[in-house]
Amino acid sequence: MVSAQMRAGDLSGITDNFEIKGRSLWADARKRFMANKAAVASLFILIAIALFSILGEPLAAWTHEEIDFDLIGSVETKGMPSFENGHYFGTDDLARDLFARSAQGTRISLMVGFVGTFIAVLVGTVYGAVAGYVGGRTDAVMMRIVDILSAIPYMFVLILLLVMFGRSMFMIFVGIGMLSWLGMARIVRGQTLSLKHKEYIEAARASGVSSWMIILRHILPNLMGVVTVYTTLLIPDMIMAESFISFLGLGVQEPLTSLGALIAEGAKSIVQGSLWQLYFPLAFFVVTLYAFYFVGDGLRDALDPKDR
Amino acid sequence: MFSYIARRLLVAIPTLLILIVLSAVLMHAAPGGPFNSERKLSPEVIANLTAKYGLDQPLWYQIWAYIRDLVLHFDFGPSFKYKDRTVNDIIAQGFPVTLKYGFWSFIIATVLGIVAGVVAAINHNKATDYLVLTIAIVGAVLPGYVLAPIMVLFFTLYLGWLPGGGWEDGEWRYLVMPVLALATGYIASIARLMRSSMLETLNSNFVRTARAKGLPEWKVITGHVMKPALLPILSYLGPVFVGMVTGSVVIDMYFSTGGIGKSFVDSALNRDYSVMLGITLLVGALTILFNLIVDVLYAFIDPKIRY
Amino acid sequence: MKKQLLLSTVLAFGLTGSAFAATVDPADTLAETQSFSFWLLDSIVTLDPQLIESVEDSDVARQLFEGLYTESAAGDLIPAGALEYTVSDDKLTYTFKLRPEAKWSNGDPVTANDYVYAWQRLVDPATASSYSWYMELMQIENATAAIAGEKPPTDLAVKAVDDLTLEVKLIQPLPYFVKMLVHASVLPTHKATIDAHGQSWTDPGKLVGNGAYTLTEHKPGEKAVVTRNPMYWNNAATVMETGVFLTVNDENIAFTRYEAGELDLVGIPTGMYPELKASRPDEANSAPRACTYYYLMNMDPEKGVEALKNVNVRRALSFAIDRNIITDKILESGQIPAYTLTPAAMAGFTVPPVDYAGMTQEARVAEAIRLLTEAGFTTENPLKLTLNYNTSEGHKSIAVAVQQFYKAVGVELTLNNMEWQVHSDIMHERTYEMARSAWCGDYNEASTFLDLFTSSSGFNDVAYANADYDKLMADSKTMADPQANYTMAEELLAKDMPIIPIYHYTSSRMLKTDIKGYPQQNVFGNWYLKELYRATK
Repeated sequence: MVSAQMRAGDLSGITDNFEIKGRSLWADARKRFMANKAAVASLFILIAIALFSILGEPLAAWTHEEIDFDLIGSVETKGMPSFENGHYFGTDDLARDLFARSAQGTRISLMVGFVGTFIAVLVGTVYGAVAGYVGGRTDAVMMRIVDILSAIPYMFVLILLLVMFGRSMFMIFVGIGMLSWLGMARIVRGQTLSLKHKEYIEAARASGVSSWMIILRHILPNLMGVVTVYTTLLIPDMIMAESFISFLGLGVQEPLTSLGALIAEGAKSIVQGSLWQLYFPLAFFVVTLYAFYFVGDGLRDALDPKDR
Repeated sequence: MFSYIARRLLVAIPTLLILIVLSAVLMHAAPGGPFNSERKLSPEVIANLTAKYGLDQPLWYQIWAYIRDLVLHFDFGPSFKYKDRTVNDIIAQGFPVTLKYGFWSFIIATVLGIVAGVVAAINHNKATDYLVLTIAIVGAVLPGYVLAPIMVLFFTLYLGWLPGGGWEDGEWRYLVMPVLALATGYIASIARLMRSSMLETLNSNFVRTARAKGLPEWKVITGHVMKPALLPILSYLGPVFVGMVTGSVVIDMYFSTGGIGKSFVDSALNRDYSVMLGITLLVGALTILFNLIVDVLYAFIDPKIRY
Repeated sequence: MKKQLLLSTVLAFGLTGSAFAATVDPADTLAETQSFSFWLLDSIVTLDPQLIESVEDSDVARQLFEGLYTESAAGDLIPAGALEYTVSDDKLTYTFKLRPEAKWSNGDPVTANDYVYAWQRLVDPATASSYSWYMELMQIENATAAIAGEKPPTDLAVKAVDDLTLEVKLIQPLPYFVKMLVHASVLPTHKATIDAHGQSWTDPGKLVGNGAYTLTEHKPGEKAVVTRNPMYWNNAATVMETGVFLTVNDENIAFTRYEAGELDLVGIPTGMYPELKASRPDEANSAPRACTYYYLMNMDPEKGVEALKNVNVRRALSFAIDRNIITDKILESGQIPAYTLTPAAMAGFTVPPVDYAGMTQEARVAEAIRLLTEAGFTTENPLKLTLNYNTSEGHKSIAVAVQQFYKAVGVELTLNNMEWQVHSDIMHERTYEMARSAWCGDYNEASTFLDLFTSSSGFNDVAYANADYDKLMADSKTMADPQANYTMAEELLAKDMPIIPIYHYTSSRMLKTDIKGYPQQNVFGNWYLKELYRATK
């Protein structure tokens, strides 16, 4: 798992550029992003995968939960991918359609990635911005809390949360998201600290605008660049964390599945020979993460023109 | 510098105390106790068990007793599940194992990761770059639970070169697969990080100046680029080391190494409170220690930072 | 299965020694290295006999300690620590004559006091054993009071009359009392060692046992090694020099390591048995085990589900499950579809032909739909239930299939997977709707199953209360042949359907062909390393 501290190093430069270039930056960034072929291709791949995850199930001949009673018990010999029986990706050990399950699993994995990241970004940004803006003792206490929380082993808390509040999709989203806001909070605080002494903030304060308004109107919009890049880099982490949770058997409830759960099940086939059970979900998993990395790198380069 | 280190270490004490309290409260709030079994135990037996492990005391007292024994006797208490072993036993047996393969994975991941990252950056946007990047990303996202069975199948069954599991006090043949499996993901992350950090440094003004002075490219890289480019890696290494020590559950499960990764996950699932708390504390302390080491190293490398 | 080994029944009351150690087939020549490596799915939790709860720990402990009796492959008793026993006329007092030549691994003689110590230790509140109830199950006088701390453990009615005579008093006759002595909980332990080392007495080097092997190495999570014990009274007849227990947490990796020759015995991963049985019949084996898998339906008067209090709904839910698909298509290792609680594998038990076992699945489904409609549940107004099951690949597969079976009769089943600690808590608290459960017998007699659902049983998580059932089971305790009562009890269970029996377990394993003497057929999976040997290939 990539740590927050590493990102802090990565992202330095970004806010400065926002300031200098003002609004035209987004247009510039878009142009630069579009020039990055790998990133654009990855973006299209991501869109295709997202479409598959939504439309795949309606297009499939089977639902994700139906058992094909003609195949059950002879999956190793008859469950391989086939257009005749409608199992385009073959079936899992229980003779359920892997095409439908891959689509549905991809959907869950993407949702975990997006929702988890959204929570992490939301909490982390607000927390970091408040700590950085208010400063002083509040800042010290708030950041000490972050330090303590980050000394608690990540997986331990996630496992406990999942057993404490029961296993639900909601808990996985929140659990994974809640554990990743710490890095976001540190970065946002750092950026806020450097922003808060800029002239326009001083001006706003002098004209009697409330602290909350300043954070909302002036600080947060200026953090958009950092947040955007961090978000794309965080999504693959979330998807990977979910896959580990699924491996431990604490993931989403059957008959729903996720890419991580499908891969964990498919890993058995390495010994048993029904390798299609591993190939398809693993391919979606790898390609999705791959694409997110390229989009993330592309965005960072686009928003931080110093590199060019 | 020394006062800085002393201050950081002092702050670690309340941090660890809060960690104990927080974990204990969280654990006791989780449903299911450590003594659940297939058969519903009679109230007398439950009473005997809770009395034996002091769970009949109020939570604040349990926490206080725990901290007292820890400070006075360095005693982490008995395991609730592994009834003829103490938490000290479990850590003493499992931690050296994890530390050993964690250490070697760390070395390999760092060296290979940095080399790969440098190679990719020097060949920016060439075929080599994309090849390294592709391998790196695939390596980073391939889950350990897919990699491990493939390795056992290949090295043990097909080639017959390595034993399929076990530890034997870390004899090298038993060490190879755990180290490779654990290092793979980190090699990839470090390579990616090194690459982007290198690229950034290569484009900076002082490197252009160095080039303009007519220095040969390899001298520019070794003399001017490497050191600043390594800085972000350094801050990543603390968490990597801790991650290797803690994230080893897959290794322990697939290679029967007997490290603390498996004990840790088991303890959470078994509600083995004392083991869970002991390992959490150990990992927490390690996290603090490594973050400190990294910060101190930073100060040595980067003259801009003063404490 | 029972007939092959009638010989051991005769031996059970004989006095000869060598016959029940390794019996080398004259056709075999012994391999040079006599070592056996056995697969454990999880790390060893404890090797302290009075604290052991798991089958796997028992597998190791059985080599290190020897109780009064051991068990043959067919489940017949073989005198071990005891030579013989007598029962008083009122069937309440058992007197065991102990083997005079038996020694602990440090050379001390094994005396009746060692048994007294171990058994008192089992009930002692200070030991806090979660198997202390086993003494209550054995009906030993004062066991209940001692566990509750009302009487000192020394009041437990187990007495050393002299060094070689052990006397046990029961509170009521128990025909299968002696069969219960094979269990790990009642193995003797060495007081001086436990006093000297406390909690850590089971470490290699410290552990003193009276079994055929001693513990020479134990790395939790990795392996344990046992080596032949020269002090063992029948050491001369032991062939196998060492036993290695390797922990491998993943059944597929374990299988790979078996293929690579690192393990001599391994469980067959789900779904692979038919193919292995066909291609390698000498190695692949599947034999019934004394375990039953079933679903609970909560009918607790307060916390239960209203619909499940209707016997017709419960019967419909049982009928709708196609057990043959589960055993033949999902588990695929020769498991037996279950319509009764007690498996046929239990000694002396004949499975009664309960009504619904004889129906075709089509008829059962039709009946299920009829019963549900009668109870007011249709596809328009479906019965909605939640099934809890603990984390495991097998439980998951069955639950997913059952969900589909129920869909066909218009029942909407929501699956709720939780980890074991939470699952068992919820079951015992009776705050579930339906839950997966299973039971493996503690001793080789049908009552180890049927006693579970008496109204006072600590295992009755469904709140089944039927006075007739209680009476049948109470009366069976003193009957010479309780089969008639067991038949009626099973018929009551089929009629009231408090639980849904699904299948009876099998052990399916791969065993290297050069390992001889492994008791494949033992329904508890009990095996003794001293009975095995390795032949040349």
